[in-house]
Amino acid sequence: MALIAGVPLLLTALILWAGGWLETSRLTSDKLVAALEKSGGYHPGYRRNHAKGVCIIGDFSANGNASSLSRAALFAPGVTPVVGRFAIAGGNPNAPDYAVLVRSMALAFYQKNGEQWRTGMNAMPFFPVKSVQGFYDLQSATLPDAKTGKPDPAKMQAFVRQHREIKPFFAWAKQYMPASSWTRDRFNSLNAFDFIDSQGHPHLVRWSMVPHADYQPMDEKEKEHTDFLQRDLQQRLAQGPQKWDLIITVAGVGDKSNDATIDWPADRQKINAGTLTITKMTPQQQGACNDINYDPLILPDGITASDDPLLNARSSAYAKSYNARTHEQAVAP
Amino acid sequence: MKQITTFHPALRIIHWLMAAAIMAMLFIGVAMVSTVSTLHGLLVAIHKPLGLMILLLVIVRLWLRFATATPALPATLPAWQKLSAHLSHWALYAMMLAQPLIGWAMLSAGGYPVTLGHLVLPSIVPVSNDAFAVLRPLHSWVALALFMTVMLHLAAALFHALILRDGVFSSMTVSRKRLAPGALDNPADGQ
Repeated sequence: MALIAGVPLLLTALILWAGGWLETSRLTSDKLVAALEKSGGYHPGYRRNHAKGVCIIGDFSANGNASSLSRAALFAPGVTPVVGRFAIAGGNPNAPDYAVLVRSMALAFYQKNGEQWRTGMNAMPFFPVKSVQGFYDLQSATLPDAKTGKPDPAKMQAFVRQHREIKPFFAWAKQYMPASSWTRDRFNSLNAFDFIDSQGHPHLVRWSMVPHADYQPMDEKEKEHTDFLQRDLQQRLAQGPQKWDLIITVAGVGDKSNDATIDWPADRQKINAGTLTITKMTPQQQGACNDINYDPLILPDGITASDDPLLNARSSAYAKSYNARTHEQAVAP
Repeated sequence: MKQITTFHPALRIIHWLMAAAIMAMLFIGVAMVSTVSTLHGLLVAIHKPLGLMILLLVIVRLWLRFATATPALPATLPAWQKLSAHLSHWALYAMMLAQPLIGWAMLSAGGYPVTLGHLVLPSIVPVSNDAFAVLRPLHSWVALALFMTVMLHLAAALFHALILRDGVFSSMTVSRKRLAPGALDNPADGQ
């Protein structure tokens, strides 16, 4: 009799464990999303991070140079349609554009064979932390204190002691001035991936979208409008398409695949794979990018994830955020 | 006429194959959506082809279930138990068929490419935020209902195997050699 109830109960306990419900200490996608909601505020219907942005439409014209590294169809000479999104970091969809240091470009490439390449890139040279726990701890440490309304310096110090890899990021952030336009930003994959060539050999790479327009720092004029990035992009697109080159950086000896806090040395081989041309923008809630989860693990044949632990966490947390916001948008009046 | 005491051998094989596959799927499903570890990508990569395999197996299974004779439940079983046995079985079939299709439809509605290695499956519903918002939670709810029904099914099967020993459990395992005479009541035999 004990067996009859015992076997199903044991399996039930096991599935609760597998789902992370029995260990309160285990870091789950729910916890990551909850941490983001705490730091950016709860804004139903919006992405939990990079909440404020616009949709962009364009295409990628490959020159064939990257074909030797990856057999993905989009690197063969030809044109691939792209639906993308420009955003600013953080979970607040009402944040002023000028108040946010880091911006992002997310792209979905639609190959003819039905496969897609989705990538989310950021306008910073490297990631602040190398582990998922580090990311979670950073969100927790930077939360405003209930009394002062500012992050608690003691918590921040404790965080830095535990995650020393963040020091270069702080140094970078201190001296960095964001560009005056999304079209003047360079967006980097940060995480490493493997390109798989036609013989099946992997090549460890990172990539960047390098703007044709020169970098120009944001100045006081831009701070007059909270949506200056959107206005600027609209004006530029009215004048003509905006372009970026997709630059692939190939890892050298000793370059790590699993540490996004370290920029690879400047002398690494770089390949210009082609040009991204953006021709149109639309507000995100009505735009094609609204319904896209820019999961960095949606990859075509010819690109695979590296062992960078952040990739799995991004994929898992993006899915949670996507499920939540699509649900909230559908039930909203 | 020979009394049928076991399910068709192919059905028995598919039953146990699917039992393992469905339990694996349920565990993979809850683990892959919660974990932020490196297991996430691996589990997602298993979940999709395994789901398709279950879909193909359930189609073959339903066809076999209708095409072959099935052993009847023991006459000694109270009517409410017979009824709940039948209802739970049809609920299991319905969920086994629906769940992979909901998963596929949900990926289609979300605009995700449904890929199995090099193979790209067609979308079965158009990209739609509203459809995804319904299908995604539905996939979780059906998974929960399926898990609970499987647990009840398992408890009932163990009850038949360990307490009643009436041949219900062994009708899905190997051919029985030591069956108590009259333990099975097949109406087709006019017993």
